[in-house]
Amino acid sequence: MNNGKILLVEDSPDDVALTKRAFKSHNITNEVIVARDGAEALEVLFGPKGGPAPRALPAIVLLDLNLPKVSGMEVLQRIRAEERTRFLPVVILTSSTEQRDLVESYKLGANSYVRKPVDFVEFTHAAQQLGLYWLLLNQAPSATDGV
Amino acid sequence: MHDWPISRRLTGMLVLVSALVLLLTSAVFAAYEYWSFRGSARERMAVRGQILALNATAALAFDDVPAAREMLTALRADPNVLAAALYDARGEVFASYPPALEASLLPARPGEPGYRFEEGMLIGYEPVAVEGGTPLGTLYMASDLDALYDTFYLSGLIGLLVFAASVSAAYGLSRVLQGSISGPILALAQTARAVSSAQDYSVRAPGGGGRELNELAGAFNHMLARIDTQSRALMANEEQLRAHATELERRVAERTAELETANEELRRNAAELTAANGELDAFAYSVSHDLRAPLRSIDGFSQIVLEDYVDELAADGKDALQRVRAASQRMGALIDSLLRLSRISRVPMNRELVDLSAIATDITSELRKASPDRSVELRIEPGLEAVADRRLIEVALDNLLRNSWKYTAKQPAPRIEFGSTQTNGVRTFVVRDNGAGFDMAYADKLFAEFQRLHTQEEFEGTGVGLATVRRIIRRHGGDVWAEGAVGEGATFYFNLQTHTADDGGGS
Repeated sequence: MNNGKILLVEDSPDDVALTKRAFKSHNITNEVIVARDGAEALEVLFGPKGGPAPRALPAIVLLDLNLPKVSGMEVLQRIRAEERTRFLPVVILTSSTEQRDLVESYKLGANSYVRKPVDFVEFTHAAQQLGLYWLLLNQAPSATDGV
Repeated sequence: MHDWPISRRLTGMLVLVSALVLLLTSAVFAAYEYWSFRGSARERMAVRGQILALNATAALAFDDVPAAREMLTALRADPNVLAAALYDARGEVFASYPPALEASLLPARPGEPGYRFEEGMLIGYEPVAVEGGTPLGTLYMASDLDALYDTFYLSGLIGLLVFAASVSAAYGLSRVLQGSISGPILALAQTARAVSSAQDYSVRAPGGGGRELNELAGAFNHMLARIDTQSRALMANEEQLRAHATELERRVAERTAELETANEELRRNAAELTAANGELDAFAYSVSHDLRAPLRSIDGFSQIVLEDYVDELAADGKDALQRVRAASQRMGALIDSLLRLSRISRVPMNRELVDLSAIATDITSELRKASPDRSVELRIEPGLEAVADRRLIEVALDNLLRNSWKYTAKQPAPRIEFGSTQTNGVRTFVVRDNGAGFDMAYADKLFAEFQRLHTQEEFEGTGVGLATVRRIIRRHGGDVWAEGAVGEGATFYFNLQTHTADDGGGS
């Protein structure tokens, strides 16, 4: 399995705990970096304001849409706008099934859109599949390669 | 003459008529004079001839030439006699008058007896004979017509004088008399000119000039009076109209102001509505996001407890946690249903011709795939089409057929039909099943949100399926209703009034 990091952008501590638990129960041991809001997520990806950009990028970004400070859509927009991150796999992981959220996410270049089910068993199932697919099956261009 | 003034025309006419009358009279008179004078002249000559012929018998009988000459000389008394002669029985000239008679004036032989006009002269031959005896000779006389012409000239002169006098008298008289006819007409014309130039309808034409002219002036004055009255009435009307117009303008201005106020209010209402729609949207959005998050925690952590403390938990503890999980999942389903329901009212409508039979076939084949162990008799009328929003009508049919599918689950020989019928001239679509049915007493509750006629144990459901159907049908301007009896199945009817406008559901 890919040993890259997972960037989880999620403001709810419960959801963070549940997501981590779901990965753990399906033996996805990759390091999970948690960003509590959009601003934190941008810092993780692009470094602190004025500071240097971190050398390594996560293997996958799990992005909630409803976030304090900087919304998930804005984070996605920034990721796609930057040369370094524009091919970074981004999976929207949210409660919303609103059509406009789906449309907007895909428009901005989301790779996937997954709705968090209420049923935790279903949720762990979804987390397992996500991990399997994005960390194992999917091939993404190397971040340092650029284009 | 046509553009002469009326007075001149009248005078002219009178003079012309009197001249014509005089001329005709004079002509007739002159002709009569001429013929009567000729007649009397011939008569006179004949009488004279007969007398002379009688006197000449002796002279001829006795061949007495001097006596004959003397007798003829008696004609000297008449200056008009040009010539006279006596011929003997052989036709030779016996005696002639006047003594120095030109031979050319005397015919060589006597002509036919009688008196006649010849070559501008009156000539006559009278036989001379003793009464009852043999003819002795012929008397010849020739007379000029100077007397006739003299008389003629004279009467002509008199006629001319009379004519001139009459015409001038007629002229003078007509000059005076025409005034009585043309005067009132001129006065009328004057009045008319005054009326037309000064627009003064109060002046009146003077009367006089005879019955007709009086009548004319009367009629004219009557007309003027009518015009006067009408123009006054018109002016009054105009005044009234102006007043009305002013009033109207005032009212229009008032109404316009009212309308503007109303429009302003409408605009405000529309803005409020848009705002309300926006709020509803935002509300639905936050429900979708925020209400489900705690449910995930409840379900998730219950599950974690169940997994991690499986050995420590007693059976009833596990059961309680399972119930917590079931409840939170059910609430999640309710929230989803609610969101779907609100979305039904918010999505924009896009009407097109939709094949309902094909949609029903797709839905039922999906249902069959989902539960392959069930055997349901399906009857779908082919070719049912309607103008509708495809996505919404799919949702409605899905709800109805899924309903029938669900409620026929306990029926040994389940049957579901989709067809059409006519109710009050409107095409109505029908979904009929022979499932659990319902009590007609609760028919009005069927379509209400979260109303269920069955327990969760009997048939699962959130109670928004038929509410969704009703919203969709109503958005199409149609109606939906149901008939049924407990244990005897249910029949759902709906129609789509394609002419009704969109209910204005938000976007």
